[in-house]
Amino acid sequence: MRDGVGMTRETAIGLFLVAVLLAFPLVASAMGEPFYITLATRMAVLALAAVGLNVALGLGGLVSFGHAAFFGIGGYVAGILASHAFNQEPIFSTPFAFMGSDRMPVVWLFAMLVSALVALPIGAISLRTSGVYFIMITLAFAQMIYYFAMSWPAYGGEDGLSILSRNTFPGLNTANPLSLFAVCYGLLLVALLVFAVLRDSRFGAALLASRQNATRLAAVGIAPFPVRLAAFVISAAITGLAGALYADLNRFVSPSMLSWQMSGELIVLVILGGTGRLFGPVAGAMLFVMIEFVLGGITERWQFFLGLILLGVVLFARGGLVGVLAGKVRHG
Amino acid sequence: MSTALLIEQLLNGLQFGVMLFLMAAGLTLIFGVMGLINLAHGSLYMVGAFACAAVAAATGSFWLGLAASLAAAAAAGALVEIVVIRRLYERDHLDQVLATFALILIFSEGTRWLFGSFPLYLDIPSALSGAVELPGGARYPLYRLAIIGVGIVVAAGLYMLISKTRLGMRIRAGESDREMIGALGVDIRTLYTVVFALGAALAGLAGALVGALQSVQVGMGEPVLILAFVVIVIGGIGSIKGALIGAILVGLVDTLGRFLLPKLFVAFMGPSQGTTMGAAIASMLIYVVMAFILAFRPRGLFSANA
Repeated sequence: MRDGVGMTRETAIGLFLVAVLLAFPLVASAMGEPFYITLATRMAVLALAAVGLNVALGLGGLVSFGHAAFFGIGGYVAGILASHAFNQEPIFSTPFAFMGSDRMPVVWLFAMLVSALVALPIGAISLRTSGVYFIMITLAFAQMIYYFAMSWPAYGGEDGLSILSRNTFPGLNTANPLSLFAVCYGLLLVALLVFAVLRDSRFGAALLASRQNATRLAAVGIAPFPVRLAAFVISAAITGLAGALYADLNRFVSPSMLSWQMSGELIVLVILGGTGRLFGPVAGAMLFVMIEFVLGGITERWQFFLGLILLGVVLFARGGLVGVLAGKVRHG
Repeated sequence: MSTALLIEQLLNGLQFGVMLFLMAAGLTLIFGVMGLINLAHGSLYMVGAFACAAVAAATGSFWLGLAASLAAAAAAGALVEIVVIRRLYERDHLDQVLATFALILIFSEGTRWLFGSFPLYLDIPSALSGAVELPGGARYPLYRLAIIGVGIVVAAGLYMLISKTRLGMRIRAGESDREMIGALGVDIRTLYTVVFALGAALAGLAGALVGALQSVQVGMGEPVLILAFVVIVIGGIGSIKGALIGAILVGLVDTLGRFLLPKLFVAFMGPSQGTTMGAAIASMLIYVVMAFILAFRPRGLFSANA
């Protein structure tokens, strides 16, 4: 995908999209339209979640239909830490009292950590299966966590949990929409960098190979299972981070973040943009939020038309938006 | 806890399992023959329920509604197969998931467009509205027993269809080698449409039967769809026998878990915490069972293509 001299068309388009995503809220801010800043923040956060899924789905070919689990776990970590910090109640008191936190970096760390820890057993069991079984078992695990969140009343159950005061970031006022956007956008750029580094590393090569031919990978002395498991866990951690930001953006977390529709939407974001492409999730999230916003403004029945558009993309525009704009993936 | 209550819960579990079987049979047949994951199967269930409720409301006859549900779901299934699904057989699972996810959006929003956002109600037909005396003194609704009966008849009918008829022979041939039966002169395209419509009709029947127990509303199909997936994954994808056993297992485990687990936890943790904990664990129970089974048998209990 690199041609040595200059940059490829795909990279150019990707950088252009990233620039547009940055320019959009700046223009909106200059025009005094804070709503559009929030819209751009939503794009950045969903793109981040999709970058996470893209590690498993795009690079590893692991069709996880349960990534909402990690998105929601990230969200609940943010909500629970914030509510304990707000109420001054320790989450646990032995061996030491942990009072929760309203500091974003702490919240992010925990969101990624908890998502990764949950992804480890889920991945270890799910990766024993493949194909349609993998799709279904990841879905089942996500449903398990969804129903647990629904029926566990301590943190709101069905009604969800409000974050009364948005978590803070040192040196920034996160109540200001533009500052929050900057935080989310910055993390998105870091995640894109991580994705690019992963993809071009030895690990990334092994992961791609495990998708194309696991037997051959094993024959050259690399066991596919640990590679896939690592990819699944990294993928979950990034999506969990996005979940924490999403909860902070909405100042609310509910079981709907864990729902299977959310898992479906995350897959849609990745595919709409272009599976396995570095900037695919950015394109997908921008397109998805735009479609939602524009169609939602025209008709109450926007989901009907969203369905038609998705169907059109699957049937006629393989490779997603980036694929249509930049052509097929080049190898070598 | 009385025996009568336990028997009632057992029958509830059986009835739930039978209903899941109607969904799972179509799903597993479609996957087995065409290799397609159909997320929109829950939409066909919804179509059946809405057709039954609308026709029953217009004519006053539940039975006409039931016939309409079969016809509407089969027609919707055939239409969707010809327009969309047909293009997905050669695609990977990811494309199938995404396209049928799009179909769910279209079906759900389309139904809301036609029928509005308010749920419809469907009455149990008067011939089946009573209750039956059970041994032990409990009374059990006749309608639920009738659903169990329908499930048994459908299971037997499907077995006969697949093992004794020419269509069944072609379906089995299609499962093992689709190119070969094409080469032998069987019109595969029509066969696929028929199989899809048959699966759709079963889903529609399930929707109509359950519609009289619950309200008929948009989004009713997806929770059932996910449970049906659990069923076919447990049973082994492509196996009708696996679907039947998986469905009964899931139906019983879910119903009895919700009934017994809170009682069990109360004994250990006291009434307030125990009830909450028991209910929370019970709602996750079938997924735990599924994960457990797949951890040991990654292709389900009765894998058809193992």
